Amino acid sequence: MEARAYIGAPIRRVEDRRFVTGRGRYTDDIVLPGMLYAWIVRSPHAHARIRAIRTEKARQHPGVVAVFTGKDMLDDGVGSLPTGWQIGPDMKEPPHYALAVDKVRYVGDGVAVVIAETKAAARDAAELVEVDYEELPAVVDAAEALKEGAPLVHDEAPGNLCYVWELGDREATDRALATAHHVTKLEFVNQRLIPNAIEPRSAIGHYDPGRDELTLYTSSQNPHLIRLLLSAFVLKIPEHKVRVISPDVGGGFGSKIFHYPEEVICAWSSRKLGRPVKWTAVRSESFVSDAHGRDHITTAEMGFDRDGRIVGLRVRTIANLGAYLSTFAPGVPTWLYGTLLAGQYKTPHIHVEVKGVFTNTTPVDAYRGAGRPEATYVVERLVDLAAHEMGLDPAELRRRNFIQPDEFPYQTPVVLQYDSGNYEGALNKALEMADYWKLREEQKRAREQGRLIGIGLSCYIEACGLAPSKVAGAIGVRAGLYESAAIRVLPTGKVQVFTGTHSHGQGHETTFAQIVAHELGIPLEDVEVIHGDTAEIPFGMGTYGSRSLATGGSAIYRALEKVKAKARKIAAHKLEVAEEDLEFRNGQFIVKGTDRAISFGDIALTAYVPHDYPEGLEPGLEENAFYDPANFTFPFGAHLSVVEVDPETGRVKLLRYVAVDDVGRIINPMIVEGQIHGGVAQGVGQALLEGAIYDRSSGQLLTGSLLDYALPRADDLPSFEVGHQETPCPHNPLGAKGAGEAGTIAATACVVNAVVDALYHLGVRDIRMPLTPERVWRAMRGLPTDGHAS
Amino acid sequence: MRHTIQVTVNGQTHRVEVEPRLLLVELIRDVLGLTGTHVGCDTSQCGACTVHVNGEAVKSCTMFAVQADGCEITTVEGLATDEQLHPLQEGFWQEHGLQCGFCTPGIIMAAADLLKRNPDPSEEEIRRALEGNFCRCTGYHNIVRAIRYAAARMRGEAVVPRGEAAPTGAS
Ligand code: FES
Ligand code: FES
Repeated sequence: MEARAYIGAPIRRVEDRRFVTGRGRYTDDIVLPGMLYAWIVRSPHAHARIRAIRTEKARQHPGVVAVFTGKDMLDDGVGSLPTGWQIGPDMKEPPHYALAVDKVRYVGDGVAVVIAETKAAARDAAELVEVDYEELPAVVDAAEALKEGAPLVHDEAPGNLCYVWELGDREATDRALATAHHVTKLEFVNQRLIPNAIEPRSAIGHYDPGRDELTLYTSSQNPHLIRLLLSAFVLKIPEHKVRVISPDVGGGFGSKIFHYPEEVICAWSSRKLGRPVKWTAVRSESFVSDAHGRDHITTAEMGFDRDGRIVGLRVRTIANLGAYLSTFAPGVPTWLYGTLLAGQYKTPHIHVEVKGVFTNTTPVDAYRGAGRPEATYVVERLVDLAAHEMGLDPAELRRRNFIQPDEFPYQTPVVLQYDSGNYEGALNKALEMADYWKLREEQKRAREQGRLIGIGLSCYIEACGLAPSKVAGAIGVRAGLYESAAIRVLPTGKVQVFTGTHSHGQGHETTFAQIVAHELGIPLEDVEVIHGDTAEIPFGMGTYGSRSLATGGSAIYRALEKVKAKARKIAAHKLEVAEEDLEFRNGQFIVKGTDRAISFGDIALTAYVPHDYPEGLEPGLEENAFYDPANFTFPFGAHLSVVEVDPETGRVKLLRYVAVDDVGRIINPMIVEGQIHGGVAQGVGQALLEGAIYDRSSGQLLTGSLLDYALPRADDLPSFEVGHQETPCPHNPLGAKGAGEAGTIAATACVVNAVVDALYHLGVRDIRMPLTPERVWRAMRGLPTDGHAS
Repeated sequence: MRHTIQVTVNGQTHRVEVEPRLLLVELIRDVLGLTGTHVGCDTSQCGACTVHVNGEAVKSCTMFAVQADGCEITTVEGLATDEQLHPLQEGFWQEHGLQCGFCTPGIIMAAADLLKRNPDPSEEEIRRALEGNFCRCTGYHNIVRAIRYAAARMRGEAVVPRGEAAPTGAS
């Protein structure tokens, strides 16, 4: 009897039964006895001094239990929310309190919390909190914030500068560009995005005075990190007295990685009041209180020699960090960005300088791709534009510069050592799938008929699973970036798998179970994957950066090896042979060359009923593993898009999208494809639709609701054509690299390249994102496309 | 001032006293405890709250509970009959039409309404019909497939599922 090969099979997801029947359990679905509801009073001003907060009226409102301000929390010893990434010794790190104390620094900054018996009472009473503000001038644009005399966001950060960061060889790059045959230069804005996971963030603090134990339910991507930050840094209470549970979470895309003020507010006020306290964002609150993404102003120059070979790349970026440093914020526009600027190409010299800047805006942090889409945008826009400028086919120019398969490991001039890749292979496959040369002919014919068709390419590399921990430490991450797993085999042979990663759409409950069932040769339904509860899982670093399979899956694999090693000892004893005489196949230990065998289930039972058992071996069958990867993983791929631009209206229609991705070994192709689809949709969203706009004088977020911020809808997108190439990661046991961000990283540049390709003959070199009909229309007519505000 | 209303939700009749400002979605989630219907926005854009009121898809955040007095309401919990999944639920599962699952109940309810009106929608018609629903996870690709799968099933046609059933072990 052959056990089923689960690895590589498109198994439909085991978690889906609960979701399709409406039985998912998200944080806001949880109701605890005696629960209270919190409503946060937020600043309507971008920048103001708080003169006084009067809470009496709100307190007297029926149903109100308490009103707290930032001062109440400070007086009680509640600390500032720390950032987890230090960029250089001089980085400015002003305090970030859960509720503002002296000043408010962005529209939406919390100033007080009203806690009441019902949601409605809390909301009504919040209207009665009187805050006396002294308005101050505000600055929302990062370049403006650096100017002499700009409003100062934090006294601790003169000139609003948080840090200046550089990577690469400045002189060598300058020389290379000075002597280049051709230099392509672009100045552009990688606009601010608002992640908009469809589940709004939610938190419940639940303090149990009897056991002096605090449970925090939170819509988080990484419960262990939240427990660590909340207990050790913010509330300063023992870590073992805090339990953090992230139940079902409705999407994150980075925005639910971070430790947020509302988690602190619910946890702290529950301790104060001895009752559970729940807060759930309404969407317009999410718009101002979820960490935003991107927001770079960049000047980039790429130099080429006579043959079209890249000789150097110089990048200057001003990164808007918002009003406070969110958990991973400092690292995103630096290490997660600068290190990716070599892309897939042999670029001998690169120099990048990044200024991290405070402004009166919502904090900015990692959003799907986090630094890597921005880097890919720089590289892929420049290469594509250069091809047009030099009269070369964009595919051909890329080919001339690809790192070749026999050149790995490849050391880039910006720290990373790529371990493997076949970039030309992926591009060729994408070109083939799209029938590129035929497309080019069609494009020509269409143009003759006055139709504007464009073809865009984007060849991206990403670095996932930031690792090993030693490297993370060297670049300022204040955490290790390993992952943990525990495998508990029960007496009946059923298996519980505990992972420190968190699934909020990625399907870990299926993928990880596939690994375990495959390796142990047992049915998938005998495996249960448990995640999201610090009381059950040894430790964890959570899910972000496409790390879960490469690090979390590998940790599971390591734990499985330990389980199998112990099981082998038990099997050898039971079958009275030496361990070496056994082979493990189809869920059985078999004495080689015989039909004598013992099943995994029998071994499990023996481990827990050890009557006839190896001398000196501990009973039980449960193993832990911590896996610290040897390196990043480097997924890559080639994407191609075809657009049509309406010459009358400037409207861009995405006709085709072809994606070829190499994410390493695939456990579940259906899930991987789903990740690519979703990633591409978000990348297309940035190119064509999405963008946060702040009013420059008032600092108000003008795109503060789903009415004003354009998320991609079903009819904005085509069906995607997805292909795979599989170059296994050489340094982790699964050969997996990561798939969660690939689509987003590639798609933005891919679509913008296509639109510029459609319009280049009209003199269009670049259009500011998002490529709204108005901007495209203006660009076609040689008018500026900056529009108003950001 | 409170009003007493009577609603039938998934076949069960409830008499409840509600504040006039209580939204239908709040009645469903907070009063009746049916948390399969979700709230994703405050501007009636996301469609996560879609239910059927007297057989038609309605965003339950756009209606007051008092307006539903005397109505028949079906939520995602009421779609499956005796453990038999509705073809749409099956389609979303088989075609990997969901990731985080938060938009899913609303999209399934909206799609059920579409399939009632149009039993064989084209891809374009499906995409247009989903205009009132956001999904941030799937890029809609597999949602379209899931709805076509369900449509075929409901027309009695044979379908080849994309996903392999999990609950089969050694074979
Ligand atoms: S919650 Fe009803 S449309 Fe968003
Ligand atoms: S599956 Fe997550 S929003 Fe649709």
